[in-house]
Amino acid sequence: MTNALEIEGLTKTYGDGFQALKGIDLHVAEGDFFALLGPNGAGKSTTLGIVCSLVNKTAGKVRVFGYDTDTHLSDAKLNLGVVPQEFNFNQFEKVFDIVTTQAGYYGIPLKQASASAEKYLKKLGLWDKRDTPARMLSGGMKRRLMIARALVHEPKLLILDEPTAGVDIELRRSMWTFLEEMNRQGTTIILTTHYLEEAEALCRNIAIIDHGKILRHTSKKALLQQLSLETFVLDTEKPLDSAPELNGFPTRLDAEGALEVEVEKGQGLNQVFVELERRGIKVVSMRTKANRLEELFIRMVEENAAESSKAVEGAA
Amino acid sequence: MTPHALFTAFSTIVVREVRRFTRIWAQTLLPPAVTMTLYFIIFGNLIGSRIGEMGGFDYMSFIVPGLVMMAVITSSYANVVSSFFSMKFQRSIEELLVSPVPNWVILAGYVTGGMARGLGIGLIVTLLSLAFTRLSIHNLPMMVLTVFLTSALFALGGFINAMLATKFDDISIVPTFVLTPLTYLGGVFYSIDLLPGFWQGVSMANPILYMVNGFRYGILGVSDVNPFVSLGMILVFISLLAFIALRMLERGKGIRH
Repeated sequence: MTNALEIEGLTKTYGDGFQALKGIDLHVAEGDFFALLGPNGAGKSTTLGIVCSLVNKTAGKVRVFGYDTDTHLSDAKLNLGVVPQEFNFNQFEKVFDIVTTQAGYYGIPLKQASASAEKYLKKLGLWDKRDTPARMLSGGMKRRLMIARALVHEPKLLILDEPTAGVDIELRRSMWTFLEEMNRQGTTIILTTHYLEEAEALCRNIAIIDHGKILRHTSKKALLQQLSLETFVLDTEKPLDSAPELNGFPTRLDAEGALEVEVEKGQGLNQVFVELERRGIKVVSMRTKANRLEELFIRMVEENAAESSKAVEGAA
Repeated sequence: MTPHALFTAFSTIVVREVRRFTRIWAQTLLPPAVTMTLYFIIFGNLIGSRIGEMGGFDYMSFIVPGLVMMAVITSSYANVVSSFFSMKFQRSIEELLVSPVPNWVILAGYVTGGMARGLGIGLIVTLLSLAFTRLSIHNLPMMVLTVFLTSALFALGGFINAMLATKFDDISIVPTFVLTPLTYLGGVFYSIDLLPGFWQGVSMANPILYMVNGFRYGILGVSDVNPFVSLGMILVFISLLAFIALRMLERGKGIRH
């Protein structure tokens, strides 16, 4: 199967000498739902910016569905839809005009563009706003407008840079549902996000980038298997004043007062309940903590930072 | 992209540009009409009646081609510089950068958009002038060619200015300190025959003089310079500016990091 995206030895040094990318390699299979994760300034947006032709690369190769962006840029772009991090449409133009104009840039005639715009504006709940100038939309609507605009030419690869930043929970969930549906229909999706819960819920494969280097590039499943600890959240019948000390299991209360218990791989859960029973604490429900990826991510980034500072000390 | 797709992309840019300047017509179409009407009344009627003939024509007839050309030059330039810079400023230029539109189509689309406004204003000013004087056309092809090429040239100039600009101040420097003086000193209101020899020589270095006189030749049949030299100069400048603009687009000057 062709890869939707292949990146080889990609480097980027900005004019001020800052090296944002230090020779990264990345591949995303066709049909994948892929997350590129990393802290601020790690190189996520630079990577995607180069793929989308918004940033000039210093060296390396980028191929979109096999089309080399150095030699077949137009073909590569035809397969690509982009939802940037910041609003980048003309605030004075009407919603419908923004979407159909974008289709026109891809050479799609107005009649066909109008039909496609209608389809995606309806799917994203913006059809009623089609004659509204973009500046009058709410933040969530503007985000959805950028998704409609990116899809109007039916790209095979959709790239989203922080698509749900600043969006309320309800809208975020509905955007997840929409993106999952797009992915099921065959669109390859790559996203960057600060909400690791988002990556954990949506993505099959993940790359973690920091200081311009890929730290890990694997499946979410394989990544999560590396976790030696799993956190369970227990809702108790009566509220607890403080986290009880359980023999061999670190505990704490979360912001809502639920009891969080850390269980190491291989440890049975039975002992947790025996300990709780002994203290007269009755559990009414239990769930695993959703942001397991966050724990792993923080650990990797911290390890990388420690290694980097060691290298600096060594050089000094 | 197929030729048909390229044409669709080109016409999309042009339609978008035309939609922009017609949406804000009170800022784009009305002011030059008002200004030029005042020129016709004050310079043409009131002062012109005391000046008498110039170049063998009454003063009003003499200044009409220059004023039309002045309106075309400033409007063609202003349309592209303000539109493209505001796209940069709002980052909506990224809509074009991520799309497969080739650079030459982007440039052609913006230049055509600028020409649409420049030539539209030229037509409005010409129609207004008919309320003050009668115009006859001496050489239609020369008149049309000169005004079209001049409009294209200044639209290209506006594009380069917008590429280089980093703040809004930068898009008004050239029109205020370069275009306006060169236009006023480019023989709009007088024939350079009136100037002393030295200043005649200096005037010959002003490219706008050639454009105004080329257009005046098309309408009145009189010119301070050879109209074919004017056309040649405009073509040379168009080639030069188009080359520079395309190079800047290719390198992403001011629009790609």
